[in-house]
Amino acid sequence: MSDLVIQVDDLVKTYRKAAVPAVAGVSFVVRSGEFFALLGPNGAGKTTTISVLTTTLVPTAGSVRVAGHDVVRDAAEVRRRVGIIFQQPSLDLNLTGEQNVRLHAILYGLAPYRPSYRAMPVSYRTTVGQLAELLGIGGAIFSPVRTLSGGMKRKLEILRSLLHRPEVLFLDEPTAGLDPVSRRDLWTYLRQVQRESGTTVFLTTHYLEEAEHADQVCVIARGRVVAEGSPSALTQRLVGRSTVVLDGPDRTALAQALEACGAVVTGGPPFEVVGDAAEVQRVISAVDVPLSLVRTHVATLEDAYLDIVGAERDAERAEVAVG
Amino acid sequence: MADTVVAAPPAARTGPRTSNAGAIAAIAQRDITKFLSDKPRIVGSFVLPFLLVVILGNTFEPVGDALGYDFGRYVLTGVLAQTLFQSSALGLVSLLEDRQNDFSQELFIAPVSRYAIVLGKIVGEATVALVQGLGILAFGFLIGVRLSVAALPGLLLVSAVVCVFGGAFGLLMMSFARSKRFADQLFSFVFLPQLLLAGVFNPISQDGVISVLSRLAPMRYAVDLTRWFGYVGNPERGRVVQDSLPVDVAVVSVLFVVFVAAGTALFVRHESNR
Repeated sequence: MSDLVIQVDDLVKTYRKAAVPAVAGVSFVVRSGEFFALLGPNGAGKTTTISVLTTTLVPTAGSVRVAGHDVVRDAAEVRRRVGIIFQQPSLDLNLTGEQNVRLHAILYGLAPYRPSYRAMPVSYRTTVGQLAELLGIGGAIFSPVRTLSGGMKRKLEILRSLLHRPEVLFLDEPTAGLDPVSRRDLWTYLRQVQRESGTTVFLTTHYLEEAEHADQVCVIARGRVVAEGSPSALTQRLVGRSTVVLDGPDRTALAQALEACGAVVTGGPPFEVVGDAAEVQRVISAVDVPLSLVRTHVATLEDAYLDIVGAERDAERAEVAVG
Repeated sequence: MADTVVAAPPAARTGPRTSNAGAIAAIAQRDITKFLSDKPRIVGSFVLPFLLVVILGNTFEPVGDALGYDFGRYVLTGVLAQTLFQSSALGLVSLLEDRQNDFSQELFIAPVSRYAIVLGKIVGEATVALVQGLGILAFGFLIGVRLSVAALPGLLLVSAVVCVFGGAFGLLMMSFARSKRFADQLFSFVFLPQLLLAGVFNPISQDGVISVLSRLAPMRYAVDLTRWFGYVGNPERGRVVQDSLPVDVAVVSVLFVVFVAAGTALFVRHESNR
């Protein structure tokens, strides 16, 4: 028996005045404590899906349960149990970082209303201070948000979203627009949070390397699920298309040797040979000429994703051509 | 799915229940903080009422003489009510600004009642308007328009009521708007006629089409209610008010409930049923 913290069953969402649904019958489950990544090209329906899961949009059809509650009937209960970092920063730029955090704490019932930071309970001030130090925000939390860098703002949002210890943390393209150092710092902290608290993380991103560490990946395109599984399972589908690139001082002899052993050569020189791991091993063993270059390329999640999305795009073009 | 179960939420993470009163206060404080940090808005919010009181009060003084009452006091109480009502209503447009700045997501994802969110906005903008109202009374005092000391407590109380009433009206108007630009146009459309129909600085005829249209303007009851309290102890009161006090109180109460209920329902429905 396993615990499902998110259960999406045949979700459909059609925006008003839209001819086609943004989400057209999506189903998936997320287990408690998992790191789940929802991937897809622009307009695939990722943000719409996350908006329904976080109760900011009402579904047109289908059933969605988050943390044991229906997102339509028990929206308030769902809201108390999730945290979200939106695609666009949702901080009030006119307030200081602490004022933003304090508003959140009061709205989530974590602290009673008090008109100033000094009047807030010691427990609140201690927690905020610890989280600010942990995230490297420090004293900047008392500065107006408009004066903070993009990375600082994101950290502030993370601090805020974790304050009420959500069961599920939704991250909608959380690192968009951040520099590489800020992205790395953010993920170091998020992984630490997930490890220590067991929080379920639900991520949408365009940075495929961020999803490499996911337990489960779901790829959607045109509002439908087109692939799902672990990152390794998805890359397995490309195993037959791994490549090895070979080159040597005598390219004519190398070409003849490759032809003689029946290698599938797709380009070159340098010669690109396609095959699974065993085939690559066989070709390298069979080629009895001096080599100056042997470069293998192991399929990544990004390769798998591009393959899946590319196939879906081809199918769409074919449908358009037929239609 | 037979071998699976949806995880029950751990008790430790459910946390305490949110106090709606606390949420209203926190949301209201946010608007007040924003107002106090916006110096151009502070200056701008006092200039127009000041000009209306000074210029109109003096220009039409002979009209007041003809009508048999102090026209400066008449304009002061009218402009006070109009400013409180209109400023609170216009302040609700900040909900649309929050949507454009993506901050409304933070509010609407919070586990608090939608009524608490909009009431927080109304209380916040009403408080900002109340500060402006105090400024108008101070201007009136400086230019010699005196209200009796006995009238001040009641006037402050009714000013707060008018502010909240205006905020509720603004919420309903705002719920029809899809953008701040449209909201600005809509507010101009609904406020300009009311300025003339509510008897802010012009006595309204008790007969004819204007009288009927005047009765349809919510601002009329805000202005009238303000004059009921602003003229306490003043024999002119009978000549400047348009409706009886129970009528004003009843209309304002009923409209407030209707505006808040309909405005909240429409706004929330639009937010979640895009």
